[in-house]
Amino acid sequence: MMSIRSLAGACLSAFAALGAFAVPASAQNYPTRTITMIVPFAAGGPTDVISRIVTAHMAQTLGQSIVIENVVGAGGTTATTRAARAANDGYTLITGHMGTHAASVPLYPKLAYHPEKDFEPVALLAGTPILILARKDFPPKDLKEFIAYVKANAEKVNAAHAGIGSVSHASCELLNSILDVKPVGVPFNGTGPAMNALVAGQVDYMCDQIVNAVPQINAGTIKAYAVATPERNPSLPNVPTTAEAGLPAFQAQAWNAVFAPKGTSPAIIATLNAAAIKALDDENVRKRLLELGSVIPQPANRTPEALATLVKNEIAKWTPVLKPAS
Amino acid sequence: MELFANLAHGFAVAFSPINLLMCLIGALVGTLVGVLPGIGTIATVAMLLPITFGLPPVGALIMLAGIYYGAQYGGSTTSILVNIPGEATSVVTALDGHQMAKQGRAGPALAIAAIGSFFAGCVATVLIAVLGAPLTKLALAFGPAEYFSLMVLGLIFAVVLAKGSVLKAIAMIVFGLLLSMVGSDIETGASRMAFNIPELADGLGFATVAMGVFGFAEIIRNLDHGAEMDRNLVQQKITGLMPTRKDLVDSTPAILRGTVLGSILGILPGGGAVIASFAAYTLEKKLAKDPSRFGRGAIEGVASPESANNAAAQTSFIPLLTLGIPPNAVMALMVGAMTIHGIVPGPQVMQKQPDLVWGMIASMWIGNLMLIIINLPLVGIWVRLLRVPYRLMFPSIVVFCAIGIYSVNNAPVDVVLAGAFGLVGYWLIKHDFEPAPLLLGMVLGPLMEENLRRALLISRGDWSVFLSRPLSAVLLAIAAGLLVLAVLPALRAKRDEVFVESEG
Repeated sequence: MMSIRSLAGACLSAFAALGAFAVPASAQNYPTRTITMIVPFAAGGPTDVISRIVTAHMAQTLGQSIVIENVVGAGGTTATTRAARAANDGYTLITGHMGTHAASVPLYPKLAYHPEKDFEPVALLAGTPILILARKDFPPKDLKEFIAYVKANAEKVNAAHAGIGSVSHASCELLNSILDVKPVGVPFNGTGPAMNALVAGQVDYMCDQIVNAVPQINAGTIKAYAVATPERNPSLPNVPTTAEAGLPAFQAQAWNAVFAPKGTSPAIIATLNAAAIKALDDENVRKRLLELGSVIPQPANRTPEALATLVKNEIAKWTPVLKPAS
Repeated sequence: MELFANLAHGFAVAFSPINLLMCLIGALVGTLVGVLPGIGTIATVAMLLPITFGLPPVGALIMLAGIYYGAQYGGSTTSILVNIPGEATSVVTALDGHQMAKQGRAGPALAIAAIGSFFAGCVATVLIAVLGAPLTKLALAFGPAEYFSLMVLGLIFAVVLAKGSVLKAIAMIVFGLLLSMVGSDIETGASRMAFNIPELADGLGFATVAMGVFGFAEIIRNLDHGAEMDRNLVQQKITGLMPTRKDLVDSTPAILRGTVLGSILGILPGGGAVIASFAAYTLEKKLAKDPSRFGRGAIEGVASPESANNAAAQTSFIPLLTLGIPPNAVMALMVGAMTIHGIVPGPQVMQKQPDLVWGMIASMWIGNLMLIIINLPLVGIWVRLLRVPYRLMFPSIVVFCAIGIYSVNNAPVDVVLAGAFGLVGYWLIKHDFEPAPLLLGMVLGPLMEENLRRALLISRGDWSVFLSRPLSAVLLAIAAGLLVLAVLPALRAKRDEVFVESEG
């Protein structure tokens, strides 16, 4: 019902756009004007930085500038709702994210969009690996000891997270459900305060994206047990993967991908996808993304179809984990 | 001395032409942002962040820092002139600042705000350079229990803010606390008092409510029948632009105390600068020989909070520079700016990026110098602005407020809400309720609730945690002491003096 209504809304606004510009948004000469990329998080966050790096290169390929519009609020769902209702002419896109296009489904029962029904997948940009982190004087020395300790002291341990619906919350819930433990979750307002509490030793462990954690790990103010990706991360060569450390089931990354409103023409999607792929193959773009600890998708995972599959799998993965929480 | 070598290096970086220019741009933009009501530092820094993409990282960060502390200078301007705070941190400045303006002393009020800010800025810069690393421990020592106790203390301070009825002040604080609870529950994510309006899911914005109850309400009141006299008063009786010797003597201790308080509270993550300005005002009122002067144009009531908010704005850089952890939303954007430039701040940022850290510290001193040079001559211009006919002034204020509120979240709903709060605020003014305690309640509310719940989650529901942690116990003891002072009948006379009961 909702999707039909928003589809109708999208069509209406598409007509409005046609009328206003009197130039049909045909796929042949796309793009003929500035493209808006909605980023559902604040400027400077991991999703924003990845979007800026990639779109700067895409803009060169497309010959039109791409303006980033940061729309924050409600875990990114405000921005995603807006993108879902935007004209499907290829001039409004969104950098979707593990939270907005997967975890939001179980977390927000009244979500005004559906990640699969209201969007056309364009391309996967980059993922940010999740680490299992602990305060520096937390007794377990490695992941095996950590698992045993958390299971044995389930009543005592605290896990910090950056707020309901955040990547750190979702990934910690996944870890806890795999370990079958229910530690007390201590909510913070964002990753900054949560990291502060971990460095200060006020909480025991948390799961967080690699970007903010690397300098703290290198300085010894916190410790990392494992990285939840199939391969080790170049920025933390000494931190084992979850598979190496004995917990292969825990796999999580905060992926970021470009989506267009439902009904955007396949030709436009193909143009955008090609531009995104070209950016991901650029040496300078790759270098900057790797500096952030990001994982750049393999060529096979860069197609719109691969992204559609990813969204489907991610929704299936997070729904049982996050359902009881909401 | 390593410190001097570092500082010399910092000044060498900050004095390069490009960085000087960036510092000046930051100070100018900051002053402008501070002056324009509703346009906050967070929104401005977020908007300018993409522009810094093309700049060298040190210059970019010097500029963004300049915007942040520059706004503390400008924020007092509209508070004093038209009783509309430009920044959350300048809410208390309006209490006595605008009264001074009504007495024709807008010039001295503006000047002392700038002088206080400059002094506080210089002290805080030295503090960051000399004691940054040891002071970091304070930021880490403050856990959820300590925060909660600090907020309890703040709440008791809030009562003292009132210049009229204490009961009405308490009612306003509770109203503020209730407003702060709108939005998602932090622990469960459940929606509270949002009435299924998606824009309310993240709660009411501070700017939305502040611009409503202060800005719009003040304008309605001014257009009110009978307020014309009041307005003419502000316009006609302008005496002297600069503070007199007596003003300076009165303000000096207030500036010193405000600086100390602001420097300490600024280091704590969270709403440091806002709480610092409220706390500094309260402290002055408590220490004053004649507290009844407060709320009626006491210059200490301008000097102290303005010094405190600038000191706090600057010391809030300490956790960022020493730990690499942003203590508030503006600092989080600064981290974003660094990340965009490929610098991820961490505990070693001082060793790894000496250019950036020491250049920024040195630039803060230069920026403060620029700001006082910009702001003191502006006093004359601002005061002349008071002579602009109100029929021209009020539409411009409404437009700027509306733009400012919209710019925070790009949400039209926020502007509508601010309008609604304008009507609420007008009703409150008409019935002698003061908006300042309401806003303090709104600032303290979420910090108090969240930290209470965090502390109890960590202690597994054991309330003794607030007394077993020494820092928390001390804060609660001070709060209890203040409360006893207020209730003990033997001290009743003293209490009346402190709270300045309204007489009929």
